[in-house]
Formats: sequence, C-alpha cells, structure tokens
Amino acid sequence: MREITYADAIREALSEEMRADPTVFLLGEDIGIYGGAFGVTRGMVQEFGEERVRDTPLSEHVITGAAAGAALTGMRPVVEIMFSDFLTIAMEQLANQAAKSRYQFGGQASVPMVLRTAGGSGTGAAEQHSQSLEAWVCHVPGLKVVIPSTPADAKGLLKSAIRDPNPVVFIEQKLLYRQKGPVAEPGKDTEIPLGVADVKREGRDLTVITYGRMVPRCLDAAGKLAQEGIDAEVIDLRTLVPLDKRCIIESARKTGRVMVVHEACQTAGYGAEIAAVIADSEAFFHLDAPIRRVAGLDVPIPYNPQLEAAVVPTLDKIMDAARDLVR
Amino acid sequence: MVGTRPRKTPSAEASHGIPAETLRTIYLKMVQTRRFEETAARLFAEGKVHGTAHFCIGEEATGIGVCTALEPGDRMTATHRGHGQSIGKGMRLDLMMAEFLGKETGYCHGRGGCMHIADFSVGSLGANGIVGGGMPLAVGAALSQRLQKSPDITVCFFGDGATSTGSFHESVNLASVWKLPVLFVCVNNLYAMSTPLRRQANIPDLAQRGAAYGIRSVSMDGNDAVAIYLAAREAREYVRQNGPMLLVLNTYRHMGHSKSDANVYRTKQEIEEWKKRCPIKRLRERLVAEGTFTEAELDAVEAQAARDVADAVRFAEESPAPKIEEATRDVYA
Repeated sequence: MREITYADAIREALSEEMRADPTVFLLGEDIGIYGGAFGVTRGMVQEFGEERVRDTPLSEHVITGAAAGAALTGMRPVVEIMFSDFLTIAMEQLANQAAKSRYQFGGQASVPMVLRTAGGSGTGAAEQHSQSLEAWVCHVPGLKVVIPSTPADAKGLLKSAIRDPNPVVFIEQKLLYRQKGPVAEPGKDTEIPLGVADVKREGRDLTVITYGRMVPRCLDAAGKLAQEGIDAEVIDLRTLVPLDKRCIIESARKTGRVMVVHEACQTAGYGAEIAAVIADSEAFFHLDAPIRRVAGLDVPIPYNPQLEAAVVPTLDKIMDAARDLVR
Repeated sequence: MVGTRPRKTPSAEASHGIPAETLRTIYLKMVQTRRFEETAARLFAEGKVHGTAHFCIGEEATGIGVCTALEPGDRMTATHRGHGQSIGKGMRLDLMMAEFLGKETGYCHGRGGCMHIADFSVGSLGANGIVGGGMPLAVGAALSQRLQKSPDITVCFFGDGATSTGSFHESVNLASVWKLPVLFVCVNNLYAMSTPLRRQANIPDLAQRGAAYGIRSVSMDGNDAVAIYLAAREAREYVRQNGPMLLVLNTYRHMGHSKSDANVYRTKQEIEEWKKRCPIKRLRERLVAEGTFTEAELDAVEAQAARDVADAVRFAEESPAPKIEEATRDVYA
C-alpha cells in the first residue's frame, strides 16, 4: 500500500469530498495561495478556485460563525482555525451558536460543519501556540470531537466528519503532519465512522488508552515493554465525542489494568472522563489496580526545548507507569 | 356612520406609492406585535411564564417595516428583542406564544423560549441570546446565498449595544470584503440595558460606523413605518446588487430592558416624550389623513390583532408541556 503523509491524507479527504459534493467549501486564514500554515491545503485553490477555497480576514470569531450560518443554510463548510489555541477566540460561535442551534430551535436545523485545527506542542511555538484543548470542546453537548493519529485515520475520519450532519471539531496534530503511513488508493472507500476506537496493538497485561500524538509514543513504549515481557494493549480512541465506551470497557475487563495517556495537561483533562467511564462500569470489578493517568503537567507549554519535551508524557514516563501498573 | 370619512377609491394611493393592502399588513402586524408583547408581559406578571423576556413595545416599526419589504426567500437573524422581527418575517403568533410558555407545540418545542425563537421555513434563523451573536450567522447565510447563486438577501438585526462588540466588527468587515448580500439593520433604541448611547460609543450617529468598512450607511427615524418600508425596499435592491449596507433605525423602547428592569437609568419624562412618537399612533394618523383607511377600518384591524393574540394564548395555554424523557432529543442530528 502506498505511504503518504498525514497532511497529504487530509488534503486528499478535503479534495475528494469537494469533488463529490459542491456544497463543501473551505474557509480559513492563508489556506489559498499560501497553502495553509501547515501546507494542508496546498494546491487546492488552484483546483477548486477562490469561491470554494476562501482566504479570510484575521477573524476567528466570524469565520467560525459564518461557517455555522452557511451550514444552517444548505452548505457544508470546513473552517480552518490555524492553531487550536485560537479555539478560545472561536469559542463563542462554536459553543453558543453552532453546538446549540439544532437543540435550541427544536430540531428545525442542523449544522453540518467541520472545524479543523492544529493542536499540540513540540515545535517551539510556546504557550499560546502549543495547547491541547480537546477537553474544552468535549464538554459542549452538540459538538463531536475527533483526533486522528495516522494518515489513514485522518483521511477516513475527515471524510466522515464532513458527511456528518453535526458540527465536528477535527483536531490535527502538528507533529504528525509530516509522518507517513499507509493509505489505500483514492477510489477505494476509505471512510472511517466516528465514535469507533481502534485497537492499534492487542495485548493481555494492561490497557493503554490514548489518542493523537501520544499514540505513536505509546506504541513505541509497548514495543519496548514487550521485550520486558509486558504485553500492552494500545487503544487509539480516534473520536473523543462520541466515545467508544464499549471498546475501552471490554479492554479494561480483559486486562484489569488501565492507564490513560494524553499530551493535554492532567487536571480536568479528557483522561479524567475516560477513567470515570471505566470506573463506573462493569469493568470496575475486574480491575486489579487503580486507573492511572499519564498526562501533561499542569503548566503552560514552555519555550526551551528540553522543558517543552519534559512537560508532556515522555517515553520513559509512559514505560515507568506501565511497569508500575503491572507490578 | 358617525365619525367616518368617505374612503378614496382603492386604486388611489398616497404619494409613497405603497399599496393599501401592504399598509394594512404593516399596521396589522405592528398592532399584533404590540398586543403580543403586552399579553406576554401580563402572563409574566401572573407568574405563568418562566425566565425573562425583552419587549419591543415602541420599536414595532423597525421589525415590521423592514421585514414587510423582504421577499419570501430572504433570510433573517433576529435579536433577543425580536418578536416584532419574527412576526414581520411571517412567524405564527400561536406557535410563538406556545414557545413562550415552553410548550411542546412551540416553534422550538419548548427548548428555546422567547430569546431563541426561530422558524426556518420562513427564513428566520433564530433570535439570539448573545448580543451580536447572530451577526456571523447572518454573514454565513449570505455566503450560502452567494455560493448557491440565489437572488435573495439576508437581513441581520442588532442593537446599539451590539455595535461595540467584536462580533459586529468582524461580521461587517467580512461582509464588506466579500461583498456579501447582508442588510445590517441597527435598531438603535438609545440604551443597551442601562447603558446610554453616549457611554457606548464616541460618535453621535451609529451610521458613521459604516464608513469604516466602506459600505453605504443610512440613519433614519425608527418610528416611521412607511419611511422604513420604503428605505428597506430600496436597501434590499441595493444589497442584492452591491453587497452589504448599514441601516440605522433610531427608536426607543417603552418598557425596560427585561421584565425585571425598573427603568432607574432613564427619566419618566424621556419615556413619555418618546411615547408621544409611538409608531403605531403615527402610522394610524397617517393612514387616516391620507384617506387610505378610515378610523373604523383601522379599529377593525386592531380588533383582529387582539383576536389573533387571544387565540394564540388559548392555543398555548391548552398545549401540552414537553415530555421529560425527551429532554435530550435533537442534541445531535
């Protein structure tokens, strides 16, 4: 199977959906001739034109709301918010308008929009350009939240997100854009449903639940732990809302030992939700150890590269936690 | 009959050229709005309604005058003080009243209440509880019209307070850069809750804001329904062909910001002065003076409005409440 980058895969998803459905269009800052801050939309304005690949003024609030308004009136917009830190600016229109329109108008309307954004640290962009804010949007009824970790998942999930009649927040990972992975040829149906987790590695001894940039790190850890005789099951959630509860509960039942790994800082992070779901399920009675979270420290992302690397879960921290769990 | 004047023939229109039937509709809807608001206020006082409400008594010419000038395919975003805008756009009194009382038969099945009232079938994309919150939605709706090559426009209502928000700035800016068919209508009632205009903005006329975006702006009497209708017809045509414009309608609300407002921030004298300029009274006087309708004919219109609102209340009061077990319906499509 051919290998393409995560960014290429996202571009393929966008392009295929735009070719198939004239109501799909893009809006965002510097997505046209510049090709997007991370190169995701490179070449697209040349293919689809400026009416459907729209460079916007610097206005996260209105471009998010205009996407919602267009979605309410027959279009399927995909709005790019350059850094997920700017969700803070988009939040009023995303949470008060897009997320609630269907419910507060009694089901008269739906908001089939996708908000794509780039999250995560590791590029030296520091405090205001490195956050992982998925917990904020997971906490808004009406939104769906997706975080892919591979090119194939990114392509398949984005196609589903665009086809979904609800507002979907699609959080891409900056450090994964250049990573290559196998993706089926175009023309093959590559859609992946939302709300379905993926067991990336089966195992018997412990369950590692993770998503986004921490997935490859956890798989790396699992490979090394296997040499120590520790067989870790690694589950990539892929969709945070709706959460694939069945998958994680079944795994917890099977192994009896659970750890959650995410880059976002620990306090009130999404890992707390995962832990609570498992603790409040039939899996509880099969647990042999408390549920562990290995998460970012409760600190803004610092600039110095060693500090930056140290404040999110490192390979060593993940492996130590796993060893601890199976002791 | 005592007190009536001979009516001119139906084909004789006053200098404004508006057909009598249209004027009757404007008058009817303005009175319906006034009766609806008064009735809602009474229901609140009687403890029959939950939450709060923001009455547009005194501002009826703005919502009705503008919306009567629209075509059926035009879209609208309304404000939290938007019952007149909603009635003007063609929404039904009974379904509005039922929503007001939180009933299952209301427009939003009791989920939205009066601040979130919507009817997508007539192009009303909802009233909004966030000041300025509907403005980006209106821009998006106009963007859809552009992409769908529709001949229609989107009307965006907002108040004087909203012109201070970042949402106003971003929305008007984007519409102006993309030349989208949005008619921005500022219902300037001189107060944002308790904040008077002089504390809200450093300029004497909000229409000056349009210049910052390079768009046409008009500032006018917000209590002259005929003038507003004519201005809106012209504005609609302009917007269809050229892109956004700003229409500032200078008016006044007779009641407080919400039902719990004791009006301590404005004088009784000021309120009484503005009540003398009541838009319904002015339209009535004009229609009679121009010979378009007799007093008796307008009395009949008012009687119909009263009946319509009474029927709406009866429908709402007899309607069932939503089912608790359906509380989470329609969070997701």
